[in-house]
Amino acid sequence: MQGLADAGWLAGLRLSDLLFYAVALVAVTGALAVAFGRNIVYSAFGLLLALFGVAAIYVFISADLVAVVQLLVYIGGVLVLILFAIMLTSKIGDARRSNLTLALVPGGVIFLLLLGLTVFLSLTTPWGTVAGRGLPTLRDAALEPTSERIGDALLTDFLLPFEIASVVLLAALIGAVIIARKEMRLLTTGGGQGNRP
Amino acid sequence: MLVPYAGVALMIAVAIALAAVFLLGSIYLGPRAPNPVKSEPWECGTVSVGSVRRRFSVRFYLIALLFVVFDVEIVFLFPWAVLARELGWAGFSAMAVFVAVLGLGLAYVWKRGALEWE
Amino acid sequence: MPSWWWLLIEVLVKVVLVLVPLLTVAALLTWDERKQSALMQDRLGPNRANIGPFTLWGLIHPIADTLKLFFKEDIVPDRADKLLHALAPILALAPSLIVYCVIPFGPAVQIPGIGRPIALQVADLDAGLLFIFAISSLAVFGVALAGWASNNKFSLLGALRASAQMFSYEIVLGLAAVGVIVVFGSVRMSELVARQATPLWGGLPSWGILVQPLGFVLFMVAALAELKRSPFDVPEGESEIVAGFWTEYSGMRWGMFYVAEFVEVSVLSGLLVALFFGGYHIPGVDPGWALTGHTVAIPFTSHGLAIAGWGWGLLMMLAFGLKVIVGDVVLQQIRWTFPRFRYDQVMSLGWKMLLPLALLNVLVTGAIVIR
Repeated sequence: MQGLADAGWLAGLRLSDLLFYAVALVAVTGALAVAFGRNIVYSAFGLLLALFGVAAIYVFISADLVAVVQLLVYIGGVLVLILFAIMLTSKIGDARRSNLTLALVPGGVIFLLLLGLTVFLSLTTPWGTVAGRGLPTLRDAALEPTSERIGDALLTDFLLPFEIASVVLLAALIGAVIIARKEMRLLTTGGGQGNRP
Repeated sequence: MLVPYAGVALMIAVAIALAAVFLLGSIYLGPRAPNPVKSEPWECGTVSVGSVRRRFSVRFYLIALLFVVFDVEIVFLFPWAVLARELGWAGFSAMAVFVAVLGLGLAYVWKRGALEWE
Repeated sequence: MPSWWWLLIEVLVKVVLVLVPLLTVAALLTWDERKQSALMQDRLGPNRANIGPFTLWGLIHPIADTLKLFFKEDIVPDRADKLLHALAPILALAPSLIVYCVIPFGPAVQIPGIGRPIALQVADLDAGLLFIFAISSLAVFGVALAGWASNNKFSLLGALRASAQMFSYEIVLGLAAVGVIVVFGSVRMSELVARQATPLWGGLPSWGILVQPLGFVLFMVAALAELKRSPFDVPEGESEIVAGFWTEYSGMRWGMFYVAEFVEVSVLSGLLVALFFGGYHIPGVDPGWALTGHTVAIPFTSHGLAIAGWGWGLLMMLAFGLKVIVGDVVLQQIRWTFPRFRYDQVMSLGWKMLLPLALLNVLVTGAIVIR
């Protein structure tokens, strides 16, 4: 890997920068599609791109386990849940415009607050920078793998949050069943043949 | 950290390009001769009745919800699994409590009949 | 040329080395599917397509089929969502190809003329196994979009069935993999495979199937369900809901789903091989020989056969390929052996049988490993 540090250094730097911008473009395009897509399924698809782009950005800051978990839980889980909700709702595709502009003023305030927070965080975070460049680069490649450290931290220092997470998940399970139960009783008593899955 | 992900990036690019070539080939190489009957939803030859966006069983949604919960559980189990040996019985019991709580949840869902598909 | 470019070329070569066999095997599997089923049902199977006088036992058929699909009319129904209808097959095909970038198809190998050892794996990620699950969950998205975009009752119902089934068994798949991780102590695919080369007892290698027999059964069943093939083919049950989420697809768009299905067979076979059958490992061969080269004694003579590092690397690559193909054929055989389950049976098998068993497997494995 010696060669990487001298001869190919500049080329490598530029390539990783380019990759970063490509990824950021994907994330921002996706986010815009979520906000301005007229059809709710297009918004869901935009969310896919946005979450994917953000996962790739996690990789750039050497948090690859988080990136993979983001893909697994948010795209594979939550996003498909959203898509299911859309698919199971009748007439949702008929809506001409699914995301009307509402509450412009409170929205603007929240936007400004979040913008301030983002700028503040990006200025105060000790980034792994190289020679004044704002992006982590290949030279930081020697960072350790994260999965073992996270496992260690999770089961020793953060044991209580870990266990509480299971209770939260349990609550989600119970909540899901209780919400769905009313619907299901309807199905089994009066739903008839038409609603057989 | 980034070097192996360069491989992933390249693989993603090549895979999507390949799929796009397949799709574009299909769009541009084949003939196009649409007619009203051909463009109808295909239901084995009978005329389509009613809307597609009808209501489906809520069970599908429930399964999706259960999936998200257990998906998160697996994500929590992975880091433990890597270090199972090193963490020893202390780690094991912590994980066992975690699994037991969710096992309780599964038992509840089961008993409530949410897993029955008539 | 800067060394960065060499790295890029190395990765590119590996990508080609993965994708070309993967797609070739997928094409061969379409032939195998038809020929094997024909054999089992006492038919001849495909035997007509020919180049001149050669029919090659029907092996020309995959080529003919590909060309045919490209030149077929690509029908998009009037009421379908045109953009999503086009995107769905991409989302179905691409993830199954991408997944293969973390599966090691050979050990680290010393190639003459290159100073450093080359890992025969496109990307050796720290969270490799999790990456596989993460990317393959994207396929659910493709299926769901296909069903929704087609604007057809059968497509939508098929997509719902398919995604609910894929959900349910993805959990079992994940939990079965957790057992393997507990035993080998890593989520990195290269490590998982490398550790299976250590001897167990009596000269047996510690392959996953020997140390995680229940995990293997669970993984195998879940893999069959993920593939949505018999006996788990309710999402496409032609006697119930036409062709499920594929109903409104034709031409190569349909072909993409078809290819994706066979690529997925190889993906799951590759995963089974990597987790439970030692990956590229050949019993009696030390993966380290791919770096150093090794001389094997020829029995009954005083001579030895010297094989260089790259030779061993090639052998182990072939071993991996062979194992994957055997796995493919077994998965196909199962498809033609069993009748289709009912949907309620599919779901209760997943949630009421396999999930508790998988949780139990994780706990028992953990207890045995820590002991």
